[in-house]
Parts: sequence; structure tokens; C-alpha cells
Amino acid sequence: MTAHIDLWWLPRAFILGLLAFIIFGPLTNLLLWTVAEKWYFPHMLPLEYGFTFWQRVFSPRGNAMASLMTSIVVATLTVIASLVLAIPAGYALSRLKLPFRGLILLAFLIPQAFPNLPVYVNIARFFYEIGLNGTIAGVVMVHVTHGLVYAVWIATAAFSAVDIDLEEAARSIGAGPLRAFRDVTLPLAAPGLMASAIFVFLESLDEFTGSYFVGAPVVNTLPLLLYTAGSGGNYQIASITALLLLVPSIGFMLVVERFLRADVLSKVGH
Amino acid sequence: MQTRFLALLLVLPALIMIVLFFIVPLFASILGAFEVGDSFGLGNFSKSFDLYSRDMIFTVVIVSISTALIGILSIAIGGYLTLGENPRSVAILRWLYRWPMFIPFIVVGQVLRTFLAKNGLMNNILVSLGILTPLQTTGFLDWRGIVIAFVWKQTPFVTLLVAGAMASLDRSTIEAARNLGASRLRILIEIVVPQVSGTLLVGLILSFVTMMSVLSVPLMINAQSPTMLTADIAFRINAHGDYGVANALGVISLLLTAGVALIYLRQTMKDRL
Repeated sequence: MTAHIDLWWLPRAFILGLLAFIIFGPLTNLLLWTVAEKWYFPHMLPLEYGFTFWQRVFSPRGNAMASLMTSIVVATLTVIASLVLAIPAGYALSRLKLPFRGLILLAFLIPQAFPNLPVYVNIARFFYEIGLNGTIAGVVMVHVTHGLVYAVWIATAAFSAVDIDLEEAARSIGAGPLRAFRDVTLPLAAPGLMASAIFVFLESLDEFTGSYFVGAPVVNTLPLLLYTAGSGGNYQIASITALLLLVPSIGFMLVVERFLRADVLSKVGH
Repeated sequence: MQTRFLALLLVLPALIMIVLFFIVPLFASILGAFEVGDSFGLGNFSKSFDLYSRDMIFTVVIVSISTALIGILSIAIGGYLTLGENPRSVAILRWLYRWPMFIPFIVVGQVLRTFLAKNGLMNNILVSLGILTPLQTTGFLDWRGIVIAFVWKQTPFVTLLVAGAMASLDRSTIEAARNLGASRLRILIEIVVPQVSGTLLVGLILSFVTMMSVLSVPLMINAQSPTMLTADIAFRINAHGDYGVANALGVISLLLTAGVALIYLRQTMKDRL
């Protein structure tokens, strides 16, 4: 019996090793490109390593810093606008009697359920006419629309996970509805709302298609910089930009479970 | 009655956003597809079919192959996470498979472009290991590159959904089949997969729609002909300012997706109502 099982470690280790190569090979490649000074075929590894390109990216004159700032401003405004829209909507969807509740929840999924490229093309045309094309406000509106499904669905789940008895207890000892919401429900739902804020922030940070049509070339977010650097053949700059986008995403993957507890997660979409 | 009004009032601003910045432009794109000059007609569509019928087939084939591969891989990974008997390899796999999930498509495009190129790291490694000679290397920056990028990025997402559904299955039927001597592969195919097919379908459809609308991956990995419809739409706008054909191509990709989205809506409505 043991002899039979012992033989299985070989294919198991082989498949896991192959999977690790498939996942981490390309990522290692990206890291190498960020510090490669000189790298050409057929050398497996870069010939010279250094941080010249990092200096160039982070120099005050470099457009990467400007892009990073633009991306952060856009993402922060997107989070604020999404939460302002999603907190009342999520509260109503979880606590109040609402006609067509299922359909309303589904409506927020529409931007994810249809190919959004033709939509962005026409938004860009419309924004161009009213002077919103190439403005931060225009890009934020596109990002909010796209991220609203996360904001509203997670906010709804977060409010549903708060015990309604606590709110009623606050009401029965004399707190008004707004006070009960502010002092009891909102703080208890905060971790879930935080998770939805992070989701929206990352969606905005990573968004390419909408920014490409509505923002470029005036509002130059990090993904747009990555695209221009990459198509110009400047793989070092593109890879450093890609790394800047990668770090928050992977960091979030590692901590997502801390914010999105199982009791909230199980209520998403219900 | 009053609370209903209040509830609607609270939801309304968010709904208006969706209507104004998604549904209205969506209808504008459908309308624009039929606009030829000052009148309406099918001119944009005949032009689209003349110029891009190869790309339409290319798009459908690529997205279908990717969806099928994502389905097979997510069942395999989810199945091993549920039925695997070696706790250490289950733990390693659980830690390993999720990494690409939150990586943005644009980064996936850049990462795989440098990795899969004719002189990229993958070929360099194969050459230095002596598996290939420099003359035998080929780049994967064509339809294969797009499929690899899609599968690499979307498999973790579908696996997460599928593995979650598998974990919440009733273990007793699995144990019973196991006691009767059924192999794990047979248990996976005959007992586990049929019970999670709803979740699998939802994950695959969401991936299908996502892949139909990603612009960065085809632009970065394979911008030459034949390419995907998304790249064609961007080209029509940027190079020609031709909104008519761009919108017609948009409607065609909407129709290609609509069939799939319909299955999805039916599935979620069934769960919800």
C-alpha cells in the first residue's frame, strides 16, 4: 500500500511544479525586465542589471509620476462617488421594502454583462460634444458606472449581515432613524464597505478600455502609460508600470478574506 | 407606502448612473449601427461583413476555445482541491492557483508579451535547457498568445467559484461512492460536476462576456490580422473616425454575446425568484 502511494509523489510534484512555472514564470520575467539594463536574444537572463529605468520613471520630469498621481486621483474620486451612491442604495436594497428588488440588483450587473467597448465608444462621442472628453470628471463617471456593481452588491450584503435587532434596540431607546444608522448600522457594516471600496479602487486603477476612449491622451492613467510604453517597445518602462499596477492587486488578493468575511460573502447577490 | 417611496429614492441615483452612462450609450450604439449618412440602412453591416468576417470567426473561435479550456482546468483544479488525498499538495495548489486572478488584463498582456515572444524568457529557458535550438523557437504572439492570456487570467476566477460550490457539497454521497470502489475521476465526473454545473455555467458565461470585451490583450499580443473584433472597433474609431462600422461591429459582438448572456440571466433569475 505504502509503496503504491509513494510512486504518486512524482507526477504530483511534476504537475505542481509545472503549474508554478506557468504562473510564476511570466511574473519573474516581468521582474527581470524591470531591472534589465541590457537583455537580448539568445541570452536567458539579462546581461546587466540596474535601476537606471527606475530613476527615469520616478524622476520629476518622468511622466510615470504624473500618471501615478492621475490614477490615484481618479481612483479615489471613483471610490468616493461610488460609496455615496452605493451606501443609500445598499441600505434600501437590504432593509427597506423595495418593488422589483431582484431586477434592480440585476440592473447593476448590466455593465459587466454586456461587451462594454461599443458603449465606451459612444460615451466618448457624447462626452466630446459636452466637453467632458479628456477630463478627470469624465473618466471618473465611466469608472463609477463600471464599478457600481461591486459597490452596490457588497454594500447590500454588508448591511444584510448586520443584525437588525441592534438597530431596533437603538431605535427603541430613542435614537432617530438617521442616528441609529450612523451610530449602529454604519460602523458594523464598515468592514464590508471597506472591501467594496477596495474593489472599486482596484477596478478603477486597472481600467483600460474606458480611459483609452474617454481619457486619452489628456488624462493619462497608469494603464494608458503602460500601453504607450509597451507599444513603443520600451519594455523596461512598461514593466515597471505593470509592477506598480500589480502590487496593489496582489496585496489585495492576500488580505481580501480579512475584509470580506464569510457572513458578508455568503450574502453577495442575494 | 412611504417607506417604499423612500427606498426608491435611495436607489434612484445609482440607477440613474447605470441608465445614463451605460444603457443610453448602449442604445446609441445600436442606433448608430444602422445610421448610414443621414438615413438608416444596413450599409454598415455589409461593410463590416466584407472587411471583418474573418475576424468575427476568429473572435468566436478564440473565445470558445478559451472558455472550454477554462472550464476543463477549473474542474480539474477544483476537483483536486475537493477530492485530493494528499493534504500538502492540496494546500500548495490552493495557495498557487489564485495568483493571476486580480492581475489586470493590461498587465497580463504586457507580462505574456515579453514571456511568450520568439526571444522571450520561455524560449530562452527551453534553449538553455537544450530542449530547443535557437532556430526551432517560435513566438506564441498570435491566436495562441491570446488564448493563453485569457486562460491564464480567467481560470482562477472560475476555479474560485467552482471550488467554493464543490466544498459546500454533501460529502456523504462522495464517501459512499468511494466506499463502493469508484475512482476519484469517476466521482468527479459523475457525482461532483453535475451538482456544481450551475455555478460552473455562471462562471464561464461571465468569463465569456469579459473576454468578448477585453481590448488590451488583443492590442498588446496580436494586433495584426486576423485579430479580435474589439481591436477592429478601436481601429475603426482611431484610424478612420468611422462610428458606423464600429457600432455595427459592436452590435455583432453584442449579438454573439447576447445568446450567452441570456442563458446567464435565466440561470440567475431562476436562483433569485
